Amino acid sequence: MSRQYKQICCTINGKKREAMVDVRASLTDLLRNDFRLTSVKKGCEVGECGACNVLINGECFNSCIYLAVWADGKDILTLEGLEGPNGEISDIQQAFIDEAAVQCGFCTPGAIMSAVEILNEERELSDEEIRIRMSGHLCRCTGYENIFRAVKKTMLKRLEAKK
Amino acid sequence: MYDIKALYEAESTQDAIRLLQEHPQAQIIAGGSDVLVQIREGRRAGVELVSIYGIDDLRGVCLDETGAVRIGSLTSFSHIAASPIIQEKIPVLGEAVSLVGGPQIRNIGTIGGNTCNGVTSADSASTLMAWDAVVEIEGPEGTRRVPIREFYINAGVVDLRPAEVQTAIIIPKESYEGYFGNYIKYAMREAMDIATLGCSVNVALSPDKKEIRDARIAFGVAGPVPMRAPSAEKAAKGRPVSAETAEIFSRAVLEDIRPRDSWRAAKAFREHIAVETAKRAFEKSILLGGGVISEQAV
Amino acid sequence: MYAGQSVKRVDALDKVTGRTRYTDDLCDRRAYIARVLHSTIANGKVLRIDTAEAEKVPGVVKILTCFDLTEKHYFATAGHPWSTDPSHQDVADRLILTDRVRFYGDDIAAVVAEDEVAAAQALRLIKVEYEEYPFVLDVQKAMEDGAPLLHENYPNNILKHTQIRNGDYEKAIQEPGLIKVEGWYETPPVQHCHIENFICYAEMEGNRINVVSSTQIPHIVRRVVAQALGIEWGRVRVVKPYIGGGFGNKQDVLYEPLCAWLSMQTGGHLVKLDMTREETFACSRTRHSIRNHIVSWLRPDGTFVARKLEAFSDQGAYSSHGHSICAKGAGAFPQLYPCPNVEVDAYTVYTNKPVAGAMRGYGIPQAMWAVESHTEDIVTALGMDPLEFRRKNLMPVGYVDGFSKNEMYADSFNQCLDKAMAAIDYERKFKEYQNQTGDVRKGIGIAVFWYNTAVWPISLESSSCRMVLNQDGSFQLQVAETEIGQGADTAFAQMAADVVGVPLEKVHVVSCQDTDVTPFGTGAYASRQTYVAGFSIRQTGLLLKERILDYAHELTRMPVFNLDIVDGNIVRTTDGRVLMSLADLAEEALYSLSDSRHITAESTYQIKSNAYSFGCTIAEVEVDIPMCRAKLLNVVNCHDAGKLINPSLAEAQVHGGMSMGIGFGMSEKMMFDPKTGRMLNNNLLDYKLSTFLDHPRLQAEFVQNPEPTSAFGTKALGEPPACSVAPAIRNAILHATGVGINEAPANPHNLFRAFTEAGLIHDER
Repeated sequence: MSRQYKQICCTINGKKREAMVDVRASLTDLLRNDFRLTSVKKGCEVGECGACNVLINGECFNSCIYLAVWADGKDILTLEGLEGPNGEISDIQQAFIDEAAVQCGFCTPGAIMSAVEILNEERELSDEEIRIRMSGHLCRCTGYENIFRAVKKTMLKRLEAKK
Repeated sequence: MYDIKALYEAESTQDAIRLLQEHPQAQIIAGGSDVLVQIREGRRAGVELVSIYGIDDLRGVCLDETGAVRIGSLTSFSHIAASPIIQEKIPVLGEAVSLVGGPQIRNIGTIGGNTCNGVTSADSASTLMAWDAVVEIEGPEGTRRVPIREFYINAGVVDLRPAEVQTAIIIPKESYEGYFGNYIKYAMREAMDIATLGCSVNVALSPDKKEIRDARIAFGVAGPVPMRAPSAEKAAKGRPVSAETAEIFSRAVLEDIRPRDSWRAAKAFREHIAVETAKRAFEKSILLGGGVISEQAV
Repeated sequence: MYAGQSVKRVDALDKVTGRTRYTDDLCDRRAYIARVLHSTIANGKVLRIDTAEAEKVPGVVKILTCFDLTEKHYFATAGHPWSTDPSHQDVADRLILTDRVRFYGDDIAAVVAEDEVAAAQALRLIKVEYEEYPFVLDVQKAMEDGAPLLHENYPNNILKHTQIRNGDYEKAIQEPGLIKVEGWYETPPVQHCHIENFICYAEMEGNRINVVSSTQIPHIVRRVVAQALGIEWGRVRVVKPYIGGGFGNKQDVLYEPLCAWLSMQTGGHLVKLDMTREETFACSRTRHSIRNHIVSWLRPDGTFVARKLEAFSDQGAYSSHGHSICAKGAGAFPQLYPCPNVEVDAYTVYTNKPVAGAMRGYGIPQAMWAVESHTEDIVTALGMDPLEFRRKNLMPVGYVDGFSKNEMYADSFNQCLDKAMAAIDYERKFKEYQNQTGDVRKGIGIAVFWYNTAVWPISLESSSCRMVLNQDGSFQLQVAETEIGQGADTAFAQMAADVVGVPLEKVHVVSCQDTDVTPFGTGAYASRQTYVAGFSIRQTGLLLKERILDYAHELTRMPVFNLDIVDGNIVRTTDGRVLMSLADLAEEALYSLSDSRHITAESTYQIKSNAYSFGCTIAEVEVDIPMCRAKLLNVVNCHDAGKLINPSLAEAQVHGGMSMGIGFGMSEKMMFDPKTGRMLNNNLLDYKLSTFLDHPRLQAEFVQNPEPTSAFGTKALGEPPACSVAPAIRNAILHATGVGINEAPANPHNLFRAFTEAGLIHDER
């Protein structure tokens, strides 16, 4: 039978994009294959590991269980979108480096995007809240300890800078 | 890439009903966190889908003209938890849905999907059951309302007729006013897990806080569908607020529940946990209601 | 000096920006997609495979079954160095596809299709007819006479049985007044759960086959792919990009031979084989489940007189790393708590379960679960203090193992225990938590671990290194020891910068291994990366330096022995004067019209030593008895891994190992359907890998006694952190409740059983 496609328009990492989407595609497929945004990782394809996490209209979603056609009209942010105009990295990325929160690096993009969602709230979360908000990411390398440190440190730094 | 035969995107509830009538084989996809997983597993491979995810009218929490809490079926768990109405009127529902999976799942998962898939472990279901929620359904014949206790028919089977769409979950004012509740999700992990057992209790106390005016309790994973424990409710009703009542209440749940032995947990273990969580959720509900649990019966 | 400093990871920037390319990111989109058809019975024979319906699926390129495998080349998959002595070679019991299936999930056919949906549809349409045999899932039942036999040449399914006999056990236990302590301790099969599933792709180039694989061991994969295909080893090229974790699962040849074969069967086309999470669970490798029986005979003062260990290791259906794992744990037994009379019998046994292979700790986490649980049972039986008993009986300073020649140079155990105790406030808590009552109780528990670095003298240890000087005075560094997330590349850069005398940023680590280009070495395993690469980096660095200084001598006419390279400059040591920069020298060397040289160095170092790496865990728990739940409140690991090259990355490594230990002790277990042998919880929802919320804050402590056998004073740290966490948690639960959980994990199911048996919970009906 003939394939079914849909034309969609969305914003990806700040740029207006159009794409002809196979209705069978997940958002992971769209981002990785059509836009080569390979920070979006596949770890389980059923929404259990968080490696494919991206922000859609400011909220975190596992893009593996999100149909690509639903991206129509949405604002999507992947790790690649954190890069500044001159290639500079954001504070949360720097904190992941500084706190040795990166090991194999496979869960890192998704985890950073959850941190971005938290930091965008511009409020102080308790340690427990941070842990709850990061709990949608499985990581086998770090024991989560340094990821926690990186998120908390960046949150406090931003709040300090706002004062 | 999912093995989807065709996808029809509904723009409104009426549009969804029309699409479902035109494509009688099609299944509804809301947030997709269950449907897509089942397609990938092969269980629903090659399926035709009607997507209702784009119907924004089905999102949001409000109080209707009768004072009932109305939750649009597509409202995500995180939006339910963040709703000031939920936090004020039925905080336990916000707490319960905050225990679903992880943050990303709570952003995609909808309360409609959570109930329509007819799964006993759904974290929202036992609380909705324990608060006498009502399900609103629209279909070719119009709108109908079904008590959630009747909505669940069997494991994976709910009272949705051909071309019908669940549009809202309603908790009537008389169901929540004066009640205080607690939900305990018993799972193997603190996040990203399904309930081994879920227990939701709420109580209404007498004005002097000394007596249990009413007690309601519902379980997930204690049977094929979320279920109430009427024997426990009856045993507690009208009794004094006391440790003894908590004991009587929690033991009585064994008369009602029928968990099964499965590789996920043994029956005896689930029964043990059902009693213990019933007791703790009961005691917590009393405390939330302003009661003080004395060791002795009055 | 960079060694000893917490410099940032050399690969961190790419990893936090998403620039790092893993296997799937590199694969061209024109690749065919391959999917494997796995058996749906646990033991038997494939009689027929009907692919007619499946072939009709649009997009299907080719379906190949076990019956298409005309040349049968049996191969061994373990990531061990090859041995030219046939008696030391791993057991070659696998085929690319098999008609004789031995576990639920065995590989019987493969679909090659244009896309993943077509491949999945075709898989579902293939019909298989089997002859079913009875199967056996329990390790000791598999040893019984009459049990279903998996491999013809292994009676009673025993892959291997080894013994240790020290002193005279039977005679020693005749001593009057001895106290006997006996117990059975068991660990379940668990899985590595690297977040990147196994993936590889293959394509032909000329008559050669190129394989890109998410592996820890590219050079070994090259050899095994060639052996499996029956072709010359030089016709295989294996490339290893960055990988999303391995933990030992990728220290095994997984589906590279099949993928290579599928490419060859489809005209050399690019074929990608991307395993699902479900397949990674059931069809790659697992940690051996080991059932241990320990008997100890002691004098009332706590002196060991005689000890006995029987270990039954569940190999699953194929040999993979085989007996090496159980043997390592069994070898630790007589050493950790030396005793004059010891009997050890270690068995590795085939069962109809998924294949067990290497996993972080390589048998030691299982052994420490048994040994340290048993130690606590002894302490309880004797009424002794857990700490004092250990201090009295642990391997003393000066102990030398006759086989490995490993020596206990420093007082590592006592130093680690002291540091861990201080970190967690052990003494106060230990006293406070004695003799509690009530529903919710706290406890604190200790466990130590034994580990050794690398595989000498059992197997070859060699490391090769290449350094290539660039025009700007920087150089490429290549070794075959692989970066798998642990931070090896960063440690290598630090060591190389120190040896050659250049700023760290002048060292460009070539992270990707390519067997056509990378010097030979066997890859990442045995916590040996920093230890073994240290030798070849130091030796090669000195060689490079010698060549640079030789050229400097030509340019400056200064004697070589008065020259050095400091911070990227050629320096005259007599007065410290900078004569020229290394960059100037390098540029001149390459482009000189009179004496042009490409300055490089390459050398191999064969390592004939090994080093102990010891430490401990202390865990504090709160147990809610009616809820059958233990919560880990605090946990600290302390390690003597010698001198730390990068303390911050070392700490991070320890966190990761502790996390794996927490899962091993508290929640993880692969479960199988007794009726079919199918894995039940083959996904990340039902397999209880611990989440962000299941951990307390993790504390890592170190004592740093430089290891004298080591090129940089360093030794094993990759695996040791996973070794003692689980028994420490178990012992803390025992301290809190008086109930010892002997079958890991201490999850609510096991706690419910144990508390019910102990009478701590009563269910009145």
